[in-house]
Amino acid sequence: MSEVKKIATRDSYGAALVELGREHDNLVVLDADLAAATKTGVFKKAFPDRHIDCGIAECNMVAAAAGMAAMGMVPFASSFAMFAAGRAFEQVRNSVGYPKLNVKIGATHGGISVGEDGASHQCCEDFALMRSIPGMVVLSPADDVEARAAVKAAYAHEGPVYLRFGRLAVPVFHDEENFTFEIGKGEQLTEGNDVAIVATGLMVNEALIAAEQLKAEGVAARVINICSIKPLDEELILKAARECGKVVTCEEHSVIGGLGEAVASLLSEKLPTPLRRIGVQDEFGHSGPALALLKQFGLCAENIVKVAKSF
Amino acid sequence: MTNTQKHALAVAACNIRMGIIESTHSAKAGHPGGSLSAAEMFAYLYNQEMRIDPAQPKWDDRDRFVLSKGHTAPGLYAALAHRGFFPVSDLLTLRHIGSYLQGHPNMNTVPGVDMSTGSLGQGVSVAAGMAKAAKLMGKDAVRVYTLLGDGEIAEGQVWEAFLFAAHYKLDNFCAIIDLNGLQIDGRTADVMNTEPVDAKMEAFGFNVVTIDGHDFDAIEAAFDVFHKTCGKPTVILMKTTKGKGVSYMENEAGWHGKAPNDAEYEKAMTELRAQMAELEAAK
Repeated sequence: MSEVKKIATRDSYGAALVELGREHDNLVVLDADLAAATKTGVFKKAFPDRHIDCGIAECNMVAAAAGMAAMGMVPFASSFAMFAAGRAFEQVRNSVGYPKLNVKIGATHGGISVGEDGASHQCCEDFALMRSIPGMVVLSPADDVEARAAVKAAYAHEGPVYLRFGRLAVPVFHDEENFTFEIGKGEQLTEGNDVAIVATGLMVNEALIAAEQLKAEGVAARVINICSIKPLDEELILKAARECGKVVTCEEHSVIGGLGEAVASLLSEKLPTPLRRIGVQDEFGHSGPALALLKQFGLCAENIVKVAKSF
Repeated sequence: MTNTQKHALAVAACNIRMGIIESTHSAKAGHPGGSLSAAEMFAYLYNQEMRIDPAQPKWDDRDRFVLSKGHTAPGLYAALAHRGFFPVSDLLTLRHIGSYLQGHPNMNTVPGVDMSTGSLGQGVSVAAGMAKAAKLMGKDAVRVYTLLGDGEIAEGQVWEAFLFAAHYKLDNFCAIIDLNGLQIDGRTADVMNTEPVDAKMEAFGFNVVTIDGHDFDAIEAAFDVFHKTCGKPTVILMKTTKGKGVSYMENEAGWHGKAPNDAEYEKAMTELRAQMAELEAAK
């Protein structure tokens, strides 16, 4: 059996930008001295005139992107999630969200899997921040295939979009041939009526592994991939909750304000269902190898299995 | 500039001042001080300087203006209304529930407003992005203007934007800083000294022009320098009197963000009507 291909979704971001850049002259990319890490460097190589380095000044970058959008261009403003969603939050809120400008925020290095850089760079709050902005679309792709599709969907969408990518190379489990992507739509990956596992980002692959293990133990888990954290595919989640009777959410993000809380809000209002949220439990990360950190914070298949069986 | 043009601009500025007083009085809130200090600049930009068309507020090749000091919306709204972007009578709906004239400018509701602003320090970045985009899109005729306050430039983002404008040689970008010397908490020199602004701007790579912001000849000369400058952005440092035109508001920090009550409104309008009568007489 051939080994599963692993690609970091930040690489997918750079690759998709180049593809889109070939087709659309109005696409511009802004970066804040992180082109090598956010992978917009590949776009810079292909289209040097349309790659605008803003230096280490994310607040100006986001607002300048708003100005470019107001002129009719489609800017992708890129930085680490911590700085794009965190440092420049108010610029995203007031200069992009409020005027409904067509700016795409391409945030890489989301979550704890940033690894060795430690807590200062491990953004586990970006979903919470971005979800709270009216009209903001929040996308968190799970693998290379989905990430490239999400970038293209973001370009096609008229209005602000926040995209979260990861630093760590993660398994590519989608089959590109049969893959379609739509903002606001989730994806059911496995059949099962014993427990619904609703996951996003790199946790989707962990959920698939967990489902295999649960299956071996006689538990049929329904894995649902939610790339579009906002707007949320309420119908798919409510159906899963109704048919499975219990739900586990999994995200590489704080349990406060992210996918888990979005699902909890939905279920508590429309279909109260027993729920457990796997995520970062209101704490900061720390330095270490990404995979070891994910395991330590319970962001792994093993913990999903444990939690799924615990209630 | 002919005397007729100059006279028309003076009338426009006086109309803008009346609009500021009427709208903030009607709103029972708002920011008259910094709106009044920039009345001549608003008048000049919208009646002389910018390539705009009130009949086509979204015309692609228009010049852009971003009110980075967004709280002085009453000045911008009055300038736009008197230029024909929307009815002057609507100024009285400022800040009322349901009005499109929000407390701070909203580009999606007000004809002629090119960017939503209000959170200080952001508009200047947006304007710089517009100027960069105009260059990338080959819109060589499009110029981008932004107006900041001297208190506003304490925001760090302003200096990020200035670095950006100079780095990308945005000679189609003109920042205007209203040096009225006052902000909410008092004198800018006491709250957070931003002077010397000219030396800072020169060090940041700008073409710097310092003028009396109430003098139309000086404003014209400053924009002339802007038009002729290649390879770097321009900043016009305009020295003004906060509250200019209304005696009891002049140089009073307290009038930064307070509306005139009925008696104060009458007094202000009496003064402004007298100024207008003087202009009519001098015609």
